[in-house]
Amino acid sequence: MANKLIVSLSPHVHGGDSVQKNMYGVLIALIPALLVSFYMFGLGAVVVTLTSVIACLFFEWAITKFILKRERTTIMDGSAALTGVLLAFNLPSNLPLWIIIIGALVAIGIGKMTFGGLGCNPFNPALVGRIFLLISFPVQMTSWPVVGQLTSYTDAETTATPLALMKMAVHGDASALSRLPGTMSLFLGNNPGCIGEVSALALLLGLVYMLWKKIISWHIPVSILATVFVFSGLMHLANPTVYASPLAHLFTGGLMLGAIFMATDYVTSPMTHKGMLIYGVAIGFLTVVIRTFGAYPEGMSFAIFIMNAFTPLINTYCKPKRFGEVVKK
Amino acid sequence: MKTFRIGGVHPAENKLSAGKAIETLALPKQAVFPLSQHIGAPATAIVKKGDVVKVGTKIAEAGGFVSAAIFSSVSGKVNKVDSVIDASGYRKPAIFIDVEGDEWEETIDRSKDLVKECNLTPEEIVAKIKNAGVVGMGGACFPTHVKLTPPPGCKAECVIINAVECEPYLTADHRLMLEKADEILVGVQILMKGAKVNKAYIGIENNKPDAIKLMTEKAAAYPGIEIVPLKVKYPQGGEKQLIDAVIGRQVPAPPAIPINVGAVVQNVGTAYAVYEAVQKNKPLFERVVTVTGKSLKNPSNFLTRMGTPMSQLIEAAGGLPEDTGKVIGGGPMMGKALVNTEVPICKGSSGVLIMNDKEARRAEPQPCIRCAKCVSVCPMGLEPYLLATCSAHGDWERVEHEMIMSCIECGSCQFTCPSHRPMLDYIRLGKGKVGGIIRARNAKK
Repeated sequence: MANKLIVSLSPHVHGGDSVQKNMYGVLIALIPALLVSFYMFGLGAVVVTLTSVIACLFFEWAITKFILKRERTTIMDGSAALTGVLLAFNLPSNLPLWIIIIGALVAIGIGKMTFGGLGCNPFNPALVGRIFLLISFPVQMTSWPVVGQLTSYTDAETTATPLALMKMAVHGDASALSRLPGTMSLFLGNNPGCIGEVSALALLLGLVYMLWKKIISWHIPVSILATVFVFSGLMHLANPTVYASPLAHLFTGGLMLGAIFMATDYVTSPMTHKGMLIYGVAIGFLTVVIRTFGAYPEGMSFAIFIMNAFTPLINTYCKPKRFGEVVKK
Repeated sequence: MKTFRIGGVHPAENKLSAGKAIETLALPKQAVFPLSQHIGAPATAIVKKGDVVKVGTKIAEAGGFVSAAIFSSVSGKVNKVDSVIDASGYRKPAIFIDVEGDEWEETIDRSKDLVKECNLTPEEIVAKIKNAGVVGMGGACFPTHVKLTPPPGCKAECVIINAVECEPYLTADHRLMLEKADEILVGVQILMKGAKVNKAYIGIENNKPDAIKLMTEKAAAYPGIEIVPLKVKYPQGGEKQLIDAVIGRQVPAPPAIPINVGAVVQNVGTAYAVYEAVQKNKPLFERVVTVTGKSLKNPSNFLTRMGTPMSQLIEAAGGLPEDTGKVIGGGPMMGKALVNTEVPICKGSSGVLIMNDKEARRAEPQPCIRCAKCVSVCPMGLEPYLLATCSAHGDWERVEHEMIMSCIECGSCQFTCPSHRPMLDYIRLGKGKVGGIIRARNAKK
């Protein structure tokens, strides 16, 4: 018996957390938004989401096995499925299959596996896929179906999104803002847009779930949303006919999806609370700047992408408050 | 409710033996006394083969100021002065004594009566504690008399008694408080006098409401002693965390020590040992040890003579279970896995924990997903992922700059890591290297 004892260094117990628990936890948090997307976009949402998830899992498996030649497959850890869902959530529901598959290949292949797989990528893989598609297929990526066409896919009728209306207002169309859907409608998700981004309410439910399960901390989402609210609010106060109200900013486009699920990606966001706040404020600021003054109607994905690049720098300069820095009460 | 301000985790408490009264363990056949069972210089053996000793006879003299004498816990004959594998896993010099009868030194007061009065001067108290070989009983085993002798320029303002017992499973301190409350409080008063302060706090986590209640009631009769209930959070029993929790002061980074913020921290078991040493002339040769584990038949708290092999405690608690995977000296967060069960009980042995094979195995590490959970739980405000990675790459300059020497090795980072990364293994490696570099640099100066 004596020579069979296991000897290792402390700690000898583990809290039971795992990569899988966190990844599947995020997937569970995405369920409300997924259900809303099925309700709003019907068949198209189902096809796009399924295609994206299956393609991401396939590319992760194939690259691990045939290019990296690793023995252990990582498709069960949930990270590739999560990338798949997040990519799909950033696409219009009428996108043709082949474009989705290219997006998945870029997301997993270039965004993630080139850097060595889980934990090594500097940019959020789903965002890499989305931005690649947005630049490569600007027409398909910016025509959104009208909500409620439950049985149509690529044949769905398209319309302008609230963000496009907000952009038109900035460019001088004085009546554009009055054609915006009501705030409550925006909040619930009854407006055109990418699959997963339309319902702020569903996404906020996901946030509550992730905070409750301690999957993420509040710092990134709250700092992004607060910055957008304050910054767009100031502009709205300056000129309400040109600049949309802060609530319209909060509840439209990819802001909620980005703030809650994309910017909080573990791998590509800062490690300290202080760093997270800086990162969040910068994303919020850049988003409003791009939305208002940039060429594209939506700035969320670019803002996160830019700040992903700054994450290593933020990590270098934002240190946690060390024990002993506060000496006296 | 008070607690420390940075980080912390809450492991499953598993205080299986909390309801078990302290039992006195039978004498061993042979007692083994490693000469190095405290922080500082090893003690020097002053007995040789064939010498006859009694219970309480000094068998090794302190090897310097930061060192402690060792006393026999049994009566009998010295068998040999040889070496034994202790809890660290290394072979260390040790005295072996064959037990014959149970004859005590006459100077020891064996009565159960509470002796409240103490008219000694602080210097006499410190000398008496030193001459009884008392060291910190919480596990670190720092000689108590050294803590009561502040370095020049420092002044103690209060004594803080560590009755937190934040390690899961362990219940020795909890039972001691329930059964020896008055003795502990007298011990605390003696410590206050020795440290020349008139304020003492006893920090107890609120998972021990019975101990908080009893100690609060009893403490009313002892001026200057305040019981401080604390929120359950690991590693609250860490000296620096406890000071922060109780008086809201943070000890700066090493080389600063608690006395720099005016605190003298002592374990509750040490307070009891001080009572026995000063009031009963009884040197430190026995202590309460928790023997526990989920597969163990009868988890217990034993009053154990030093030098007893751990196997005897395990036998008394129902024997080593079939599925044993790991035997740990101490608690599951900071204890040491033992290479065999013949390791003797020493001054710092607070517990013996048996883990089954399944519990004992680490899960396979996965890539770091940079979730930052290790950063948010680190009670010292460090970045464990960074220290571990840089240590693995041998970047000693960087890890020193990132304050690796502040790490208290509590293991909260590794406990929390979803990827099961062995961070603390690498941080220990880095600490060892950086410690060597710092010593070499100081030697050059």
